[in-house]
Amino acid sequence: MSVAENQAAAGRGGARAVAILSSIGRFLVIAVTTYLGLLAVTFFIGRVIPIDPVLAVLGDRAPTAVVERTRREMGLDLPLIEQFYIYVKNALSGDFGTSVLTTNPVMSDIRRVFPATIELATLGTIIGAVIGVPLGVLAAVRRGSLIDQIVRIIGLIGYSVPIFWLGLLGLVLFYAKLQWVAFPARLDVVYEYTFTPITGFYLLDAAMQGQWDVFYDAYRHIILPASLLGYFALAYISRMTRSFMLNEMAQEYIVAARAKGLSETRIIWGHALRNAAVPMVTVIALSYASLLEGSVLTETVFSWPGIGLYITNSLQNADMNAVLGGTIIIGSVFIAINLLSDLLYRLLDPRTKPG
Amino acid sequence: MMLERFALRSRGLLAGVAMSALLAVPAFAVTPADTLVEGFAFDDIISMDPGEAFELSTAEVTGNTYDLLVRLDLSDTSEVKGDLAESWSISDDGLTYTFKLKPGMKFASGNPITAADVAYSFERAIKLDKSPAFIINQFGISGDNVTEKAKAVDDTTFQFIVDKAYAPSFVLNCLSATVASVVDSKLVKEHVAAVTPSADYKWDNDFGNAWLKTGYAGSGPYKLREWRANEAVVLERNDNYNGEKAKLARVIYRFMKESSAQRLALEAGDIDVARNLEPNDLDAIAKNADLATTSAPKGTVYYISLNQKNPNLAKPEVRQAFKYLIDYDAMASTILKGIGEIHQSFLPKGDLGAIDDNPFKLDVAKAKELLAKAGLADGFKVTMDVRSKQPETGMAESIQQTLGQAGIKLEIIPGDGKQTLTKYRARNHDIYIGNWGQDYFDPNSNAQTFASNPDNSDSAKIKTLAWRNAWDIPDLTKETEAALLEKDSAKRADMYKGLQKKILDTSPFVIIHQQLEVAGLRKNLKDFKLGPSFDTNFVWPVSKE
Repeated sequence: MSVAENQAAAGRGGARAVAILSSIGRFLVIAVTTYLGLLAVTFFIGRVIPIDPVLAVLGDRAPTAVVERTRREMGLDLPLIEQFYIYVKNALSGDFGTSVLTTNPVMSDIRRVFPATIELATLGTIIGAVIGVPLGVLAAVRRGSLIDQIVRIIGLIGYSVPIFWLGLLGLVLFYAKLQWVAFPARLDVVYEYTFTPITGFYLLDAAMQGQWDVFYDAYRHIILPASLLGYFALAYISRMTRSFMLNEMAQEYIVAARAKGLSETRIIWGHALRNAAVPMVTVIALSYASLLEGSVLTETVFSWPGIGLYITNSLQNADMNAVLGGTIIIGSVFIAINLLSDLLYRLLDPRTKPG
Repeated sequence: MMLERFALRSRGLLAGVAMSALLAVPAFAVTPADTLVEGFAFDDIISMDPGEAFELSTAEVTGNTYDLLVRLDLSDTSEVKGDLAESWSISDDGLTYTFKLKPGMKFASGNPITAADVAYSFERAIKLDKSPAFIINQFGISGDNVTEKAKAVDDTTFQFIVDKAYAPSFVLNCLSATVASVVDSKLVKEHVAAVTPSADYKWDNDFGNAWLKTGYAGSGPYKLREWRANEAVVLERNDNYNGEKAKLARVIYRFMKESSAQRLALEAGDIDVARNLEPNDLDAIAKNADLATTSAPKGTVYYISLNQKNPNLAKPEVRQAFKYLIDYDAMASTILKGIGEIHQSFLPKGDLGAIDDNPFKLDVAKAKELLAKAGLADGFKVTMDVRSKQPETGMAESIQQTLGQAGIKLEIIPGDGKQTLTKYRARNHDIYIGNWGQDYFDPNSNAQTFASNPDNSDSAKIKTLAWRNAWDIPDLTKETEAALLEKDSAKRADMYKGLQKKILDTSPFVIIHQQLEVAGLRKNLKDFKLGPSFDTNFVWPVSKE
């Protein structure tokens, strides 16, 4: 390589770095604005709903004097705009107040419940992607065949059947009838005493501590809800893979590859899928983000103490600090995943490849 | 998650379909032999501090983990019996109650139980001044005088001084409430946090409140090992307990929200007791040979109330007519089956002086007559705020239908629980349907709220249920106050009987039923019983075969 070529390559690399940096910068601006908007909207919705927050703290039976005192303690006698100012100030330093329901700071609650949801969503997404992508590829390659129809039906069911119903059916069949999986919770009663989680991801914690019986037990508890979530992710991922693959298979370079005499396997898995993988990243990331939002019903059916259950419970008890805190955390995660998938997209896209 | 939102709406129906898909369920799993596992929706718990907690699920935990001076006598709930107290006496002027403690008792921590612990427990409950503090401060006790009014005379003698010569049954019943639970003062004092005094809170420390929210400092048959919100409450046997020791080594309440999930886990043997069963699941469990059901009436009554600010509802004939426009029998045999008993007076069964006459039946002709007398022969339009849950929704639909037969057009406004309650507390409703659980096991608790209203103005300090419905009743208020000072229990009981009859006849309250608490359990459990109140759902007698 000549000096000039080297400089040209460096220049291309530099330009690419600048492009990525500027896109990160743009994204950060969008993220911050979205975040502030999220704060404002959740706060004001929380305050205009016709529910007295003091009721949530004290219940219906507290005497009037205690109610008035608590109202002052909670700062609810201040003007709304002042309450908002205090809220934003605290929220920016990561303080979302204290949850009425659990009496802990909302942040520490979320740190406790979020790993449960992340563990479930991650496993669900892995299941969805590992099965969904090959199914989608198969459906595209054998377009119109029996296998395509079957994949279509699997996808349709995943789209249209309520998860609550499938969850309950799964419980009746795999738990009550066949006893293949364990009952709705994260661990069996016996392990309540012997197991101390570190990260909150029970599978990981058990493996790290070498407690393989706990690992197996945690696995027996998580596998059904994770498969359910995985199924819903699969439905979406397989449909999208199919359409991306069809799109790629119609491209000229595939014809060229065939003309060169490459094997069909190599063409499909090596070339077409590799190009289809770029938009797939966004699809998988989005479906992961939507599972992270906390699948309220899955968590309810399986008594899974994740963020979905946490927020629903808080909402039912008018525990607004917890609801607002949870909403903002989920919003932030959503923003972060979007940013990440955007970056990944750039890295994977061959058109932005250096040299 | 659109799918989920859709499913939320239709889940009752779908759950039914899923359940009937596969009926017979074999049981394989078993819970550990020394552990009782209950499936329980305890999402109401906000604090485990007995000086602060006022929630029903917490009451059960406190009742099993803390001791009191005196406790409700389960064989006759109009009386109390000694718990930590061996005996007590009342001075002739009726103001001083002297309790003698049993000797040689210990807390779970091993610290001895002394009268000083009792005094500290009262002091902190009063000074913290949380929701249940009124049960004690209604005897004229405040943060400024509590150390003189509730004091240790010596290690085993505790004195409690009240401001008026109240009926002794009233004072003792109040002392059996969970707020009067005795805490281990030595242990709690190791965990107090400093506080800067303010106008609202005059004291320089929190009396261990922050620590006790999740901590434990009691002497009951079980000790609280941990409470993890929406996950589990774990109790362990207290080997230092001064009475008969608990049979099982531990009790685990697992958080389970759904009735159908509780039923599945019970059938499969992963839990021993299911605590939140809906009528259809209860039915299925009753038919299962491995399972049994049990129930007990609780001190909670369901009622509808008519806001007297509405000119139509304020007419005495209209109030009467409503009582004839409820189809009590139909409700009892359908939506309330197994979960409620028809009960029309404001004192729940089991209270001193409670009457169990249910004079009203659905009688549309009679109601029409009354409406005609009130000049409303053609009926009128009115709204009712209903929280979107059972049995309220089912009851409201039944009432809507029977009111319609007399020409009253009822519009149901559905809402979330806290939302309808906010409106009710501001007196902005027409008709409200709800329930009221008594605050402590004494007739005064419900009498005070249903039959007294000291000040009917919008800015009143005391806001009873009568106030919430703008029902101005100076005479009944005086009668209720008088019943508090009647020393003779039999006479006191008669006074409450009189009050209940008057409320039945004239009040804007149509009381419909008393709640039954139900549970499904595995047949190998012995001595599992639900008590007459939430703090008497004792688990320490339970064993397994």
